[in-house]
Amino acid sequence: MKYLDEFSDPVLAKRLFDDIRAVTTQPWSLMEVCGGQTHSIIRHGIDQLLPEEIQLIHGPGCPVCVTPLEIIDKALEIASRPDVIFCSFGDMLRVPGSGRDLFKVKSEGADVRVVYSPLDSLRIAQENPDRQVVFFGIGFETTAPPNAMTVYQAKKLGISNFSLLVSHVRVPPAIDAIMNSPDCRVEAFLAAGHVCTVMGTGEYPGLAEKHRVPIVVTGFEPLDILEGIRRAVRQLESGQHTLENAYPRAVQAGGSPAAQAMLADVFEVTDRSWRGIGMIPQSGWRLSPKYREYDAEYRFSVTGIDTEESTVCRSGEVLQGLIKPHECAAFGKECTPRNPLGATMVSSEGACAAYYLYRRLEAPNKEASSVG
Amino acid sequence: MGHGGGGTLSAELVEHLFAPAFGSDVLAELGDSAHLTLGGARLAFSTDSFVVRPLFFPGGSIGDLAVNGTVNDLAMVGAVPAYLSCGFILEEGVELALVGRVAEALGEAARTAGVVIATGDTKVVDAGHGDGIFINTAGIGLIPDGIDIRPQRAAPGDVVLVSGPIGVHGVAIMSVREGLEFGVEIQSDTACLAGLVADMLAVCPDIHVLRDPTRGGLATSLNEIAAAGGVGVTLDERSLPVPDTVANACAFLGLDPLYVANEGKLVAFVPPDHADAVLAAMRAHPLGKEAVAIGHCVEEHAGMVVAATGLGGTRVVDMPLGEQLPRIC
Repeated sequence: MKYLDEFSDPVLAKRLFDDIRAVTTQPWSLMEVCGGQTHSIIRHGIDQLLPEEIQLIHGPGCPVCVTPLEIIDKALEIASRPDVIFCSFGDMLRVPGSGRDLFKVKSEGADVRVVYSPLDSLRIAQENPDRQVVFFGIGFETTAPPNAMTVYQAKKLGISNFSLLVSHVRVPPAIDAIMNSPDCRVEAFLAAGHVCTVMGTGEYPGLAEKHRVPIVVTGFEPLDILEGIRRAVRQLESGQHTLENAYPRAVQAGGSPAAQAMLADVFEVTDRSWRGIGMIPQSGWRLSPKYREYDAEYRFSVTGIDTEESTVCRSGEVLQGLIKPHECAAFGKECTPRNPLGATMVSSEGACAAYYLYRRLEAPNKEASSVG
Repeated sequence: MGHGGGGTLSAELVEHLFAPAFGSDVLAELGDSAHLTLGGARLAFSTDSFVVRPLFFPGGSIGDLAVNGTVNDLAMVGAVPAYLSCGFILEEGVELALVGRVAEALGEAARTAGVVIATGDTKVVDAGHGDGIFINTAGIGLIPDGIDIRPQRAAPGDVVLVSGPIGVHGVAIMSVREGLEFGVEIQSDTACLAGLVADMLAVCPDIHVLRDPTRGGLATSLNEIAAAGGVGVTLDERSLPVPDTVANACAFLGLDPLYVANEGKLVAFVPPDHADAVLAAMRAHPLGKEAVAIGHCVEEHAGMVVAATGLGGTRVVDMPLGEQLPRIC
């Protein structure tokens, strides 16, 4: 298949595995930032085939996983209102709030709709002028521009019954926070290629220099990931710590100026809490004052949210790369995709879900001991 | 909603709620068709309901599905389909011309499949309490002597064959239902598989298992067979017949083609000595010309399906919880 098959060719993959093996002389811990990369690594068995010295640590890059419980609970509260049509991408529907999820709210009679584009929700707003239409705007720098565009369009077209429940997050401050943690084991990063497609690579050289850590912009197909690993290990072995772009077919240094301009118009940077991790300064976006009337939190003034996290769930540690899913005592027992205690188990890109789906044949203790 | 997706939730609903309440030994086998003996004849009996949107889609309609779905369930136990019942549930306000078009399509599909629609029923529900047209069909057919096709017969060594490209119907429906365009039109593969099964049985009456992997896709069917047969199933991921259009659409939406619905495909578990002959018979039939072997049964990891990835690793191919959900990015 053009544009995909080329990047999962087993012959080329073997060559890259051989290169990685040849250059590796000591243990290294690499973090892939994005949940899409985690999913690809586990699905294709890349981690099984790497030299034992290379440990992949799964990062916080699943937007579904890091959306704070308080925002989920607000979404559930807003979606429950009889005059609201609540629109969301599909993978948010199973994410547990404090007591229920959007599927449960839908089954209780709420008008919850899965859409494939935020602009679909704007069309729904036009078709239902007597209802309030809310779109759940979550995600990293990849999903933020189309969501910003939707709000821009709503204002331009004078659609007043549309609003955005915003929980957008930014990757570079998260990398900074992970490196500042005293427990950090990460020695190199595979940065998320699609984020850099939008934002460019300008924010990363400073991070690489500040923390003396190699950062390699990496795609999502098997060969992309192997090339990212190869370059990261080569830097580590030679004592370098620079930014490299291993995804040039999608990423240019300047990113997408049009998308950045849209973001700058509609959003402003804000402190943002990440589920399982906590507050990270300057790590999120909220609607700028010019678009405040389209902010669902402001429009619906939801108060009295009392969040309640599972006491045994360790998804926060999984998101920070401090443990692997198998090391949580609840993994595969109290916590399964059927009954997820944390978002890393429910999101299709969450590390716990990926391990549960693809790695149940392996003995958890073996996996855990090789990580610790 | 998840209980209708054909995955774990659907199975639990049937096993833990319906089966105990009905208290039927026949139902306890939980096959797509029930095996019955009546007056000395071995019968297959099956029913299915169809709630697809839109009613007409590239390559077919709810009328075609209502025939092919039930006829295929009968064929999957080796039965020769004979008679169908047909129940229409119409929503008040649905245009009669539309009902007529669906009925025409249904009748044509029945004639193509060689089955007779012997009885029927019509009900009308209030506007807003249906989705245009719902159809239920039930079918009955004769199982020839010497044929015993059940998931419980899956045995280590069996070769797993699939009759052609997977995921086509599900992507075709998504493309029209969600307004997604994938560059080329994707036609549903809805088809009656009884003729293909007859050709396969002609060269190997001892086929162990047949299943048409509809809702929940190939992965769900393989998991159900592995569980029922108490065997492991090992797949070679690179041998899976996934058309480029399906692979592209799935990559775009974050779906796995193994879990996407089919309507005109079957998976067969065949004793190794007969696998080549059955594969040749499948390829000689128009509906099986792209048939391939995709894996085999093993004693290890009983009840689980494991795929060898293209790069040389392995992964579990699990039963889906409910329907797959498109991802955010």
